[in-house]
Parts: sequence; structure tokens; C-alpha cells
Amino acid sequence: MRSDVLIIGAGGAGLMAALSAKAEGATVKVITKEYPTRSQTCMAQGGINAALGNVGEDSIEAHIQNTLKSAHGEADEESVKFMCEEAPKIVAWLDSIGVCFSRTQDAKIAQRTLGGASAARACYAQDYTGLKILHTLYDRCNAGGIETLNERYFLDLLKDESGRVYGAKFLNIRTGELEMYEAGSVILATGGYSRIYAQNSTNSTASTGDGIAAAKRAGAALLGMEFVQFHPTALKNSSILISESARGEGGYLLNSKGERFTNELAPRDEVSRAIDAEIKRGEEIFLDIRHLGEALINEGLPQERKLAKLYENVDPVHELIPIRPVAHYTMGGIEVNKKGQTNLSGLYACGECSNPKVHGANRLGGNSLLEILVFGKQAGVYGAKEALSLEKKESSLPEVTLFEFESKEQIPLDFYAIREEVGNLFYQDVGIVRSKKQLLHAKERIEELHAKLPLMGPNDNSLIYNTNLVEFLEFQNILEICDSVVSAALKREVSAGAHFIV
Amino acid sequence: MKIFIKRDENFVEYQHSLEGATLLQVLDAIKTKQDQTLAFSSGCRSSVCGSCAMRVNGKEVLACSYKVQEEDSIEPLKNARIVRDLVVDMDRAYTFNTKAKAWLQTESQVKSLTQEDASLNALQSDCILCSACYSACPVYAVNPEFLGPFALTRVWKYASDKREEDAKEKMETIQNSGVWDCTLCNECTLVCPQNISSKADIEKLRMKSSQYGFMDPKFSAFGGGFGSFDGSPSF
Repeated sequence: MRSDVLIIGAGGAGLMAALSAKAEGATVKVITKEYPTRSQTCMAQGGINAALGNVGEDSIEAHIQNTLKSAHGEADEESVKFMCEEAPKIVAWLDSIGVCFSRTQDAKIAQRTLGGASAARACYAQDYTGLKILHTLYDRCNAGGIETLNERYFLDLLKDESGRVYGAKFLNIRTGELEMYEAGSVILATGGYSRIYAQNSTNSTASTGDGIAAAKRAGAALLGMEFVQFHPTALKNSSILISESARGEGGYLLNSKGERFTNELAPRDEVSRAIDAEIKRGEEIFLDIRHLGEALINEGLPQERKLAKLYENVDPVHELIPIRPVAHYTMGGIEVNKKGQTNLSGLYACGECSNPKVHGANRLGGNSLLEILVFGKQAGVYGAKEALSLEKKESSLPEVTLFEFESKEQIPLDFYAIREEVGNLFYQDVGIVRSKKQLLHAKERIEELHAKLPLMGPNDNSLIYNTNLVEFLEFQNILEICDSVVSAALKREVSAGAHFIV
Repeated sequence: MKIFIKRDENFVEYQHSLEGATLLQVLDAIKTKQDQTLAFSSGCRSSVCGSCAMRVNGKEVLACSYKVQEEDSIEPLKNARIVRDLVVDMDRAYTFNTKAKAWLQTESQVKSLTQEDASLNALQSDCILCSACYSACPVYAVNPEFLGPFALTRVWKYASDKREEDAKEKMETIQNSGVWDCTLCNECTLVCPQNISSKADIEKLRMKSSQYGFMDPKFSAFGGGFGSFDGSPSF
């Protein structure tokens, strides 16, 4: 079954690419391992940056400078400039399709200050910014009749003799069938890899880097894999995110003695390191938003209150919230240019699985929603243009076949336990601060585990909705990505942003 | 502690030792430590992705925000095909968003919205499409084509939006198997994890329908005047 453009992943980047490709006149198929509205984008809370100056002076130039500073020389100036210039247009477009942004008293889109920003630049919708943007994009895709196939796990890209990517293979999770789809161009929008840190990550369990691992197997170049952002404030026991907007609104960080110890609105890498240093001194760390008052907390931070109560049994209106930094966002990914093109012909990438060189060594809060939309649009437009320039042809792929996987008699090693071990290993050794010795230790262990893969596997032999199998496939991708991350970290001997060598 | 999980036709008993845990934490523990064949869906763990809606003792909850009690009985959502264990196929349910044309009809130039304008549908735009309401809705037993609570809430979100210039078209779309098929039983409201009341949104849609000259077909058949916008059940 052929379409002009095949988009893998249906989060903000994938849906934006789909809408843009469709607007270019291309036929579009979107395939996701979940459902569109369940993707990681719904978890983005803080806002989307655009220098609108709605609540105080701001400029596109300031947005560019803040972004470049946070990137520590690892961003491409042209790409950053492009993104920051597009930002006001993207926000205006979101407004025109019905995104429910919060408003100021003078009827403008409300903006707040996030870490590393010189102005109140993040446009927000309470603390549901990503959710509301994602759902509005989904509604637009419904309006445009964009075809979405749900619950298909992306296995591998298809490449012809000339090296051109012409489609992809999927496991239909519901039926256990192997499905192949052919396209003029393929756009990966499969999300990041924070879940290599397993339970030490704020992310959805789906953020396992499937697209990056598959692209790597097909020969795509990866860039900046060592740059992993640790969010300063996740709930201590559950790693559930407490949005940066809690500090943006005026929240403090306190140690066990009740002392503030850092500038709460510094970029995330700095704040996370400050917390990490306190924790290593034996301190417990808390987020304090009590002084903001119940009304403001209910209005601006309702999710935070709900989650702190549910997972830590504390009410932030009256109590301190225990926190620690955990893996939150991965700057690295498939290297792309401003058009979303990878080094493989026919293959594009956008969103967190890609690296369009705008976040560099550390992403600013509010720039991720912006990036997925600006570069999701680019990938959609240029992916469509390339596909439409090709000669039309029918699909030459075989019919659907059953997915075959080896059901093993003996499974001596439990991959769930090892997944947890890898998460802790990486949190310790490839974490907020890293030494060469730690990195070598992690690399050695990952190589050992790779070699032991034949001793692991799913216990469930069913072909129908076998999440055990899917999680094992994800785990294999996790190991591949771990190898890329630790190898890239070893190559970079000088600290930069989120990659901090001691 | 023990819980019972519906698998195929039967409830299967599982033991666990987690204290004060969410249902999702318990399901994860069962899956990774006891029985790898158990199937359920989850994602964000923080009540925003809508993946883990299921029923506990007959009532819809999000597994990630429900604290497990002794001898809870866990079942999949209703009104959708069960794929396996606690997983249902939501494809058909989500087509109601398209059938109801739940989007902004007029992609217009930017208008400035006041805080008051924005508050008109801020709650409705909190919907996470978990389908708890859809599962709880009794209308599906008699009309499988009913547009249903989440899709109608979505229509109200757009119809009440100051940026929508063609609310009449929105009302036209929801007359058949739409607003008048709801029994106003309020089950959807009771199970919504986001505190949205689709029943209230449907009542507002009935009012707006009436403003555009549409009426409850069950009343118009008798040549009666305006439809029932007094909130009473329309059957």
C-alpha cells in the first residue's frame, strides 16, 4: 500500500508533518505504535516559546541569543534563527486553529518566563500546553481526512539497491501481522530516548528511541547522542514531572535545612547539577510553592498539585514537594538539515528523534514544542515536495505476512530486570555528571548485555496484542541507543551543557 | 493484597505486596514479575495521555490515578471490541470525532480572546480522550451510532469558541444520533478524570441547536414547538 508520504509517529511533530505534507498536495499515511493523542507531546506542560512581547519587552534576537547560549556552541546559528523567526507565525497559526491558550487581561496570549529566558516568552495553556496543541492538531488531521493507522510497531526501514529509503516494516500489535508500507518519502517522528534511563525518566514508557535505532541500522547519521537533559524537578519516588512552570511562577528549591542553594531559573543543566551536588552531600531536596498560594496553584499548576498528592502524598499548597532530577529530554538524534532531510535519500526526521541543531548541548524550556512544529512543518513540506517529484508507481511490496519471532524454550535472563538495571546504570554512570571511568564502565556493561541478548526474550508466545514482545523489541532498541549514547559521551572529552565531565 | 483481573471470560486472581500503589504500578509489577502475558495499555503515568482507562468494580478509572484496594475487580472498557485482557480497540470510538466534525470550521484570522472568552471552553479542552465517558454511556446499548460524550464535548469546545464563525454547521452535524439521543443520565460526568461534564455540554448544545431552529425529533414528530431545553430526558 503506497502513499506519497509515510509518517512514522503521531505526536506533535508527526501530525504537523502530516498536515503540511497534505497541504502540499501529497497523499499521507501516518502510522503510530499508540494512538495520536497518547504521544509524549501531551506531557509538555510549560509552554511554547515565541517572542511576542505580550507581557513585557522581548525580541526575536533575544530568543535567538538565549537559545544559542544554552546550546553551548553545539547549535547551528542559521537553524536557531529560522526557528525563532518562525515562532510568532506558528503561534498565530495555532491560535487560528483553536488552541485554547491562556490569555492576559488585555486579551493577548499569556506568556511566562521559563529557565534561561530573558523575557516572559512561553505561551501556555494552563499547564496543559502540549496536550491542547496535540489535540488541536489531531482535530485538524481529522478535518483533513488524514489516514492514521494505530498500534503498529515500527520495525525497520526498507531501502532499495540505490540506498534510497522507500518504506517501512511494522508489526501490527493487534493481529501479530507483519505489514509493509511503501512511500515516496518517509518521515520519522518517533520521539526521543529518555526511557533508556527506565524508571529514572519523566517520559512516557513509549520513549524508547525505536525510530533512531532503526534509522541507525539503515545507516542514518546520528548527532549529539551524549546530550541528555535531566529535568531538575521530578517527584522523588515516581519520576513524575513537576513542570518548570512551578519555578517560573516563583517556586523555590530548598535543601533539608530549608536553605535555597541555586538560581531556580538558571538553565536546566545548571539547576540539575546544583541539586545533584546537594544530594551527593546527603541533602534531600524539595520544591516549595507554598508561598504562591492556593488560588494561583489551582489556576496555573493544577496538575502539579494533583500529582504531588497522588504520588508523594503531599499537598503542595501546605507542604514541601520532594524532588530529584531525572532524564527528561534527549537533544541528540538523527542528524537533519533545516529541511528535515537525513543523510539517506528519501528519509526525513522531525521532533525529538531528530537533531536539527537548535538545542545543541542543552534545550531551553518552551523550545521543544516550538521545534517539533517548526521542523515538523519543514519535514512535511520538503518530504512532500520530494515525493511528488517522483514518478508515480504502484506498490511492489508483498502482501501481509505473519510476524515471526523465535519462541525460546529456555529464557534464563529476565529482560525486565535488566531494563531496570540499565536504567540505574545509566543514571549513575552516564548521568548528570560523568567521569571517563564511569563511561567506560557503562560501555563495558552494555556490551556484555548485548552479547547476552540470545538468553533473553518474551515469555508470551501469543501473536495477539503481545506487549511482552513489543517491550522486548523496545528493549533491544534501548540497548542499541545506550551504546550510541555512551560511545558519543566517551568521544566528547570536554564538558558542554548537559554533558558534564568530571 | 489480592486483585482480580478479567482475562477472556474469567477473573484471574493476582497477589501483590505494594502498599498505597496506583493500579498501574500494580499492573506493571504483575507484568514484569509474575505474568508477562498480561496485556494492558499505559503511557505517561500522569493522567494526561488517556491510555490506561479501565474499569474497577464496574466503574471507569485511569489506572495511573487510582489507588488499589483489597479485592478490586479490574475489567476492560465497555462499548469497544476487546483485543486482549484489558486492551480495547478504540479505532471505531475515535471515528466519532470525525463524524461529529469536532474541529474549528472556520480557520480564520486571529481574533483576540479575552480571559472570559477563553474560560468558556478551557475545561472542555482538558479532555484527554481516555474514553471513560464512552465506556460508561448507556446509550450505546440501544444506538451504536451515537456520537457519544467525548465527541460531543469536543463539538461544544469548538462551537462555544469565539473563533468559530459557523456554529450552525456544527449544530447541523450533531442532530442525528447526536444531542437528542443522550438520556442525560450523567454517567459520563461521574467517571471523567478531568471533571468534564459531557452531559452539561450536551445540554448546552441542545440550547444552541434550538437557537438555530433545530429541535428534538421526538417532539417535532407531534408538531410540537421548541425542543426540550429544560434539561429533562427527551424520551
